[in-house]
Amino acid sequence: MKDLNNKLNISNISSQKARIATRELTINMGPQHPATHGVLRLVLEIDGETIVRCTPYVGYLHRGVEKHTEQLNYLQIIPHTDRLDYISAMANNIGYCIAVERLFGIEVPERAQYIRTIVAEMTRILSHLLWLATHALDIGAMTVFLYCFREREKLQQLLERLCGARLTVSYPRIGGVKKDVDAQWLEGLYAFTEEFPMRIEQYEALIDKNRIWLRRTKGVGIISPEEAINMGLSGPVIRGSGIPYDVRRFMPYGVYDKVRWEVPTGKNGDVYDRYRVRMEEFRQSNSIIRQCIEKIPSGPIMADAPKFILPPKDTVLTNMEQLIHHFVLITKGPQTAPEGEIYVATEAPKGELGFYIVSDGTGKPYRLRIRPPSFVHISALPKLCEGSLVADVIANIGSIDIVMGECDR
Amino acid sequence: MEPLVIAEKLKERFPQEVLDVAEFRGQVSVTIKKDRIKEICRYLHDEPDIKMSYLSDLCGVDYLGRRGFRFEVVYNLYSLTHRHRIRVKALLPEDDPSINTVTDIWKGANWHERETYDMFGIVFKGHPDLRRILLPEDWEGFPLRKDYPVTGPEGWEWKGYEEVKKLHEHDREWRIGGDERPK
Repeated sequence: MKDLNNKLNISNISSQKARIATRELTINMGPQHPATHGVLRLVLEIDGETIVRCTPYVGYLHRGVEKHTEQLNYLQIIPHTDRLDYISAMANNIGYCIAVERLFGIEVPERAQYIRTIVAEMTRILSHLLWLATHALDIGAMTVFLYCFREREKLQQLLERLCGARLTVSYPRIGGVKKDVDAQWLEGLYAFTEEFPMRIEQYEALIDKNRIWLRRTKGVGIISPEEAINMGLSGPVIRGSGIPYDVRRFMPYGVYDKVRWEVPTGKNGDVYDRYRVRMEEFRQSNSIIRQCIEKIPSGPIMADAPKFILPPKDTVLTNMEQLIHHFVLITKGPQTAPEGEIYVATEAPKGELGFYIVSDGTGKPYRLRIRPPSFVHISALPKLCEGSLVADVIANIGSIDIVMGECDR
Repeated sequence: MEPLVIAEKLKERFPQEVLDVAEFRGQVSVTIKKDRIKEICRYLHDEPDIKMSYLSDLCGVDYLGRRGFRFEVVYNLYSLTHRHRIRVKALLPEDDPSINTVTDIWKGANWHERETYDMFGIVFKGHPDLRRILLPEDWEGFPLRKDYPVTGPEGWEWKGYEEVKKLHEHDREWRIGGDERPK
């Protein structure tokens, strides 16, 4: 036995351990990694299990959207905004349309405002469902994934019935929306909202008291309120730190000032609080949709501004002037736009989505800058990760809810 | 506070720096000289009545052909306390597109400034880590400048692409991902 011990050097291990020099190890994570939610690459310098430095590298999905939009007229840009945050295409469309409407000085009819608010909140639920599904999957709760996709399917079928597309919808138009909603569709959505609060309780029953979930999320990735403001974080991430900053409340657009809803906030600013904030947002979005369906007025769905907006199809077929407008808009696009610049922020599911448009008076934007929430949130990732464990990187990435299509543009 | 009042206050405090105040659709932009940008931002951030605590956005704009100042760096500021917004635009000449960084006032400016450098070649003096961010590190030119071509000359490709192609050929030799699969 002693021989064997000597051979294996077992007794010497503890004394040897003190002599072994430790050094920092650099490991690469991504860009092809299932838990980075897209092509995000992190270079982690670790000391044992602890992260000393975390450097994110982005740009693997850069397609030059901002450059590209300078070559297109205002109407052609809408499908490109779909491909920013492709999980919540509707919110991007609406953000862009509101920016252009403010630039043109177009007033959107009330019914269209209501429809936009409904679909924007549907998108928020869709986006948060995907976030919850993947975030829970990353941390190890598989069942939630299947549950969430069940509800996503129902909402996506409703979107498909509305505009023919499930993901890249391009449904809003400058001045309104493409197609009116019918009573049957609204009934279908109302039935969903009746059922959905029970579903939220099911998700919570699965993970809210789960000890693994709590241990993995509580006290992880803490960011203080002052830092959250200073870093320009927005959406559920800043609200998780206790700042009730919501663009829908601070600078209302659509009909958010006509319905009753609350801004949920957290206290500690950790992964768990950000999870709680999003779970509450499910309920608020659900309630907003219900109120909008109850209140939706009848009326037109497109504004009347023939220089920028396509006229109704039936007048095109009977009226010469409308036919000319239609022809010019389709073949050449809008010819003029007011000269000026405008920054419009909207609350996308991920956070503050801003469009800064510089117009030089032609039908194309001189400069279109997109302020993506994911880009800002990833820049805060080193702050969240440094000093924590390697396994917590996954929880942190999940909790800031990023989409690389929007970050890289 | 009304944005025009903020602009007035800024003009009073920095009479030499403010060049122009413009209003469009209720939004106010203040055009300034670039030299004292840090002081101006510090003032907007710290002054209790103004308190622009939140940097919504920072980006560049290229006005090719404009006399004197070709570039602009645009700061979209917002106050979470007072809920008002203002836009500050700093003018940069073509031969020296550089400006002081504001990362020590808003940490969130870090990546925005890197992106502006990446896309416009505007140098932010004192930035802790000014590297390209969205484009590869060996990329030539600054794509969002107006004189950057949208399509390259015939047959032009990014030089890093050679490497990617070689890798692919290597893979094909070993029949990984190639047309023929090993039987």
